[in-house]
This record gives sequence, C-alpha cells and structure tokens, in this order.
Amino acid sequence: MAGPSSSGNPSPAVRIIVPIVLGIVFVGAWEFFVRYYHVPKFVLPPPSMIAEALINDYQTLSVSLWNTLKVTLAAFFVALAIGVAFAILFTQSRIFEISLFPYAVILQVTPIVSIAPFIIIWVGLDHVERALLILATIVAFFPILSNTTLGLKSVDHNLQNLFDLYRASRWQRLKELQFPSALPYLLGGMKISGGLALIGAVVAEFVAGSGTGTGLAWRIIESANRLNIPRMFAALLLLSVLGILIFFGLSALERLLLRKWHESAVGREN
Amino acid sequence: MTEVPTVLRRAAAVSGATNRGRPLISLAGVGKTYQNGTLALTDVNLSIGQGEFVSLLGPSGCGKSTLLRMIAGLGSTSEGSIDWPQSRYDAKGEPQRDLGFVFQEPTLMPWATVFENVYLPLKLTGVGKRAAVGRVTEVLAMVGLEKFAGSYPRELSGGMKMRASIARALVVKPQVLLMDEPFAALDEITRIRLNNDLLGLWQSQQWTVIFVTHSVYESVYLSNRIVVMSARPGRIVADLAIDAPYPRGEMFRTSSTYNEFCRTTSAELSRAMAGAEEEH
Ligand SMILES: Nc1ncnc2c1ncn2[C@@H]1O[C@H](COP(=O)(O)OP(=O)(O)O)[C@@H](O)[C@H]1O
Ligand SMILES: [Mg+2]
Repeated sequence: MAGPSSSGNPSPAVRIIVPIVLGIVFVGAWEFFVRYYHVPKFVLPPPSMIAEALINDYQTLSVSLWNTLKVTLAAFFVALAIGVAFAILFTQSRIFEISLFPYAVILQVTPIVSIAPFIIIWVGLDHVERALLILATIVAFFPILSNTTLGLKSVDHNLQNLFDLYRASRWQRLKELQFPSALPYLLGGMKISGGLALIGAVVAEFVAGSGTGTGLAWRIIESANRLNIPRMFAALLLLSVLGILIFFGLSALERLLLRKWHESAVGREN
Repeated sequence: MTEVPTVLRRAAAVSGATNRGRPLISLAGVGKTYQNGTLALTDVNLSIGQGEFVSLLGPSGCGKSTLLRMIAGLGSTSEGSIDWPQSRYDAKGEPQRDLGFVFQEPTLMPWATVFENVYLPLKLTGVGKRAAVGRVTEVLAMVGLEKFAGSYPRELSGGMKMRASIARALVVKPQVLLMDEPFAALDEITRIRLNNDLLGLWQSQQWTVIFVTHSVYESVYLSNRIVVMSARPGRIVADLAIDAPYPRGEMFRTSSTYNEFCRTTSAELSRAMAGAEEEH
C-alpha cells in the first residue's frame, strides 16, 4: 500500500479532517436528496431548514439546552460522588460490599423507564427537577461504582507488600496506592457515565412529560406534536452536540491526567 | 555424589554468630503451610550475623520467596519462630525490623516519578518532602540515577528501574537488605554491572544482605555464605562459606577459586534436587 503512515496511526489532522469531510458530504447529499425528490418538510426537512430553525428558535432552544445540561451535569457529579464513595466503602469493608452490591445491580438492570413513574409520583409532583436529577443519577452511577471498585482492588500485589512493610495506614494506602491505581478505571467509568447521565436526563424528561418540562427532550415531543419537524431536528442536533461535548471533555480530562504514565494515554515513539 | 571439601562446610554453631556474638536474625524450626495446604517450608534453622552477605540458593518453587517474606514480616510462620535478637520489640511483640526489601520486579508506582517512588518509604513514615530531598538525592546518586529523578518508570530501562527500586529500599538507611531474585529478569551485562555496584555498596555501607537467587554463579560471585535449599518442601541442606576476599571483580570471576566454589555449590544444589525427586 502507501507509506507506513497509512497503515499506522493517522496524524491528528487526518483524524479531524476525515470525519468532517464525511459529515459535509452526508449533509450535502441529504440536502440534495430532499430537494430533488421534493420530500415534504414534515417528513424529512433539509439541513438548511434545520439550521434556520436553530437560528430562529434560538431563544427557546437555548433555554431548553441549558435545562437539560443542568440536570445532566448535576446527575453526573452526584453519580461521581456516590459511585466513588460507595466504591471506597466497598473496598474498606467486605460486609458493605456483600450486602449493598446486589442492590446496586438491581437498580442498574431495572429499566429506568419503569422506575421513572414512581420517582415522579413520589418526588416529581412538587419538584420535577429533583425527580429528573434522581433518575439521571440512577442511570449514571453504576459504571463509576463498578469501575472504581474494580480499580481500587486492582493494586499491584508487590506494591501492597511494600506498603505493609512500611506499616502504611489505611488512609495512606488509599491515597497513595489505591486511588492512583483506580484512576484509569474511574476515568473510564466517567466517560460512560457522562453519556448515561444525558440519556437519563432525556428519558426522565420524556416520562415526566408536560409537568414543567422545558428541556430538550420535552422540546422534541412538543415540536413533534405541532408538526414542527425542523425544530424537532434542531433540538435533536443540540442533544447530540451536548453528548459529543461531554464525551470529548471527559476524554480530554483522561488524557490530561494519564498522559505522563498510563499506557492508554502516553504518546508512543515506536 | 561429589565429595564436598569439609573446609567449605560451615559448622552450624559458628554460622552467623561470627561477628558480634548474638546473631542479627535467628530462625528456629520455621515451617510454612499455605492455606491451600501447600507445604512450602519445613524445619528451617538459620542464624544470620551482622554484615554477612548470605545467598539463599535453591530450585524454583522451593520456598525462597516465602522464607524471605517471612523474615520481612510479610506473612506469618506456621511453625517455629523468627527472632531479631538485637532489635527492640514493640507492644504487640513485633520486632522493629530495620530492613529494605527489593522485589523480583521493580515494583515502582507507574504514576509517580523516580523521585516520588524513592521518597515513598520516608513519606509513609512521616518525613516531609523538603526534609527528605537531601536523602533521596543521596541514594539516587548511590545507584547512579541522579539525572533521572524527574523521569517516570516507563521512561527507564529494566536495569534503571531496578536501580530505582534498590534506591527506594536504601532510602530509610536499613541495616538489612532483603533481595528476592532482583536481577533475574535482566540481561547478562546489566546483571554483572548491578552485581558489582551492589557489592561496592555493601562494602562501603556495612549492611547485612540476604539475597535470593537460583543462579549458582551469581551466588558465588556475590556472597560470603550460601545457604542451599532443597526442592519443596524447602529445607536447608547445605551452608557453605565462600571465603574469597572482597573486592571481587573480573579477576575473581575468571579465577580457578571461583570455578572451584561454583562446582562445589552446583554439586550441593543437584544433591538437594536429587533428594527431593526420590521423595516424590
Ligand atoms: N500465596 C500462596 N498460596 C499458596 N501457595 C503458595 C503461595 N505462595 C507460594 N506458594 C507455593 O509455595 C511454594 C514456594 O513458593 P516460593 O516461596 O514462591 O518459591 P521460590 O521463591 O523458591 O520460587 C511453591 O510451591 C508455591 O506454589
Ligand atoms: Mg521466588
């Protein structure tokens, strides 16, 4: 084939340019297809019309975006705190792990859509945002809990002996040994949880319905009801962008924290 | 079997008690059975004196690591006792073992620089970073890593990682250095260099070294005493004195005395292994 670079790691410029070119081609083809075949705009609006909706409905959409973002971020940070706290608890005491982990699994495997109505009845009638936050947190916390628990336990055996030798306290062990060992696992869990927090927020909004729904998910339902399909697409587009930003933000954080030492993040010269 | 010259045999009564009267470490009837039922060691009796360079030599799986770890207090004995007659004992009856331990793998924290790795034992015993800088720099210079204080382990070669690991063991100024096949994974050239550096440090610092190895040549080159262990369950089957003067170097490595010591030690080792096979 071509040079060695084509089979090896593509350069950063190529990694950015290729997907963008692909995107432009796709959007162009879409625009062309819709116009050429005169597809009705309430079935599939052309990209140009979606862009128009994005600009014209900027006010409504940005409020919705902000509301969804708030729930997502809050749920993510609460999930992070709860996940890490319980992971530490689990590794400090086997009894806690044995008794609580099954319930964490039950929360994880029960479809959130089926829990949502309960939470909304119990909490959401007065405080919809609280219900949304709880639901999104339930969806998001498990990867952080399970990854961090695994990470805290995946400590090199000899390093543990070394800490035994110098009679390290529990706290020293946690801080100097277990937490750094768990960091790559935690960051991996965070990347999954970030996406799940957004999914949780959207699902919760769908279930909460018209209550005081003002987020992007509600905007999609409302636009669909009014057959305002371009705005529906615009809201969907914002949701995707939000998800992508969360993912890239957390990936960047991961690289920043691990770049000096972890195999997944170091630049290789061979 | 080959006859072992009697001069090379150390009388048990003399061994270890040569330097200061009381031994530094004293093992009496030590045995170890792991929880899964593996009998790793039986009836190990050994006295180690101040300033000795003792090699524990034996086939793989004979319990050398087990023994070394028990001496370090990592893991309990099933039978017998390990005493530190010259050390103080704390309220729980634990001796204040003044030791450094070097594992077979470098066992460095990948997220920390060489400096931070070497500083760790001091940090764990409550020494502040600023107070530790001098000592850490000093041991890094001792192992020839002063220029790599800011490097991460992944940026070092295998030999350099081992040096960092040794520096970490030395940073608390231990009296006793326990090493578990520290150079087994290194190439020949690096191993010889590190052997020489270790001997130099041992001579200047007056440590006691207990060095686990499965290499006859390495044990003869380094130590003034070789304890040969039998295959599982591990027992001490020979206790040899290597009475050759230090410093030792290429001259010693190529001398006929060295060869003679190697042959004797080899013979003891194969006897130990043959004995074990009969038992199976
Ligand atoms: N934690 C353990 N649990 C059970 N058996 C073990 C354990 N560690 C070592 N052993 C067994 O004890 C024997 C001695 O092991 P070890 O001390 O590592 O030998 P060596 O260091 O001489 O190769 C081996 O048969 C090994 O399989
Ligand atoms: Mg071993």
